[in-house]
Amino acid sequence: MKERAMVPRAEFGSYYGRPVLKKPVWRERDIAGYLFTGGVAAGSALLAAGADLTGRPVMCRSARLTSLAALGVSGVALVHDLGRPERFANMLRVFKPTSPMSVGSWLLSAFAAPVGVAAVTEATGLFPALRRPAGLAAAAIAPGIATYTAVLICDTSVPSWHAAYPEMPFVFAGSALAGSAGLSLLMSPAAENAPAVRLAVLGSALELAASKRMEGRLGLVGEPYGEGKAGAKLRLAKALTVAGSLGAVAFGRRSKTAAVVAGGMLAAASALSRFGVFEAGVASAEDPVYTVGPQRERVSARN
Amino acid sequence: MTPRMGFFTDTTVCIGCKACEVACKEWNRVPDDGYAFLGQSYDNTGELGASTWRHVAFVEQPRADGDLRWLMSSDVCKHCTHAGCLDVCPTGSLFRTEFGTVVVQEDICNGCGYCVPACPYGVIDRREDDGRVWKCTLCYDRIGAGEQPACAKACPTESIQYGPLDELRERAHGRVEDLVTAGVTEARLYGADPSDGVGGAGAFFLLLDEPEVYGLPPDPVVPTRDLGAMWRRAALAAGTFVACGVAAFAGRRAR
Repeated sequence: MKERAMVPRAEFGSYYGRPVLKKPVWRERDIAGYLFTGGVAAGSALLAAGADLTGRPVMCRSARLTSLAALGVSGVALVHDLGRPERFANMLRVFKPTSPMSVGSWLLSAFAAPVGVAAVTEATGLFPALRRPAGLAAAAIAPGIATYTAVLICDTSVPSWHAAYPEMPFVFAGSALAGSAGLSLLMSPAAENAPAVRLAVLGSALELAASKRMEGRLGLVGEPYGEGKAGAKLRLAKALTVAGSLGAVAFGRRSKTAAVVAGGMLAAASALSRFGVFEAGVASAEDPVYTVGPQRERVSARN
Repeated sequence: MTPRMGFFTDTTVCIGCKACEVACKEWNRVPDDGYAFLGQSYDNTGELGASTWRHVAFVEQPRADGDLRWLMSSDVCKHCTHAGCLDVCPTGSLFRTEFGTVVVQEDICNGCGYCVPACPYGVIDRREDDGRVWKCTLCYDRIGAGEQPACAKACPTESIQYGPLDELRERAHGRVEDLVTAGVTEARLYGADPSDGVGGAGAFFLLLDEPEVYGLPPDPVVPTRDLGAMWRRAALAAGTFVACGVAAFAGRRAR
């Protein structure tokens, strides 16, 4: 589906139409995949703590295991994406506040320990006294894990990411909540689903509202979010988010089957949303119009 | 203290000989990056990249008299005052030298690739068969021994000038004045202003047209300029994340 450009194109020069920027060298499966798995690792840690404190043992258990599994996949993806995977430990060679990836590496390291302890003690029954403190420690770091990835991609020269920095952390936080609520609906008994249903609705609303605001505000550099494969993924993600949260509200507390279907939709929506955002950014780096256009406007406005 | 060193590339005297490209490749033992025929005037190099640290652009512009105007310009890493690549590097592989230049330590780089989209000029890139990122070092080894960088040494017209940045800027402003007086009113400096989005470039240019005509961004800004605002937005979103969690579990206990 070809959409009509909402912003008139300004005329400007280019060097044989070549891109000005280098597009990200990150592999989409690894890094867009990590945006999703890191988000659900964080969201599941939050859910597990809530379930623990409110006496929902099955939900707590599944959320703790989900969090560790998602974190494990994240770690593999992040190391796999490196050009020199054997040097992954160099990530902890320095701490650099100017590098969101450095901040994220330390955050992930701090997150991994309590997530691991909570999940392993949950699964094995060993050291039961550690379970709750570890789970709460993981939940305390989870908000950072769910949102720093937005700063990670926005702190680049990629036009459609950089310009989106005010809303992207909210898009990612909402996506992480809705996605992990969806996975909880997949795995918990219907009787324990009430908080996951509420979280699915809250997360979906947050993500949809932030995306709408972002795409409405961005103008020219917002185009890649509506076009091509990225646009198709993001539209499908939005449809699944709405359908999944409506389904969860209507049937999630009554029918296990319905909860599984709704939960699957929400998890798929969260993944699609991250891949869509990733692809939109790459597309914006590949076309010099998104680099030169806004910069040329800034220069003209100054003169 | 060592003064900050840099390049002033005066494109008005560039003859497009590509001696700079060759000298750079030879001195730094930079591998080939393919033998493409691009069909873009005399430019078969295309752009700066992991294995192209100098790139001569060729622009053919029609003139009013029916003839053609050549614009030739040797592009290079800008060695920014506020360098996006350096800011975002998570390993400390990229560092600021005593000459004020920005250099990759290849024994540290783990190929995370963050510097690649961070650069507002599209300079640094990953060499895929090697896994690490590479770019111009301003011949760190040569200038440490009191020599000029290989490209500047090889340039036959002194289009590429190496020296203390202060002196280069002064010389460049004088050159623009001379050119404007001589009727070349389109002469302008690019990257020489310390108040620009990257705090001024360590390698700046004298151009005869808008920067985008040469493939350069007209108003580059280091992405980390907005990093404080980004973290504040992330903190708000993190708070919202927690609030949603509390709201979801508030009120009714399961048992």
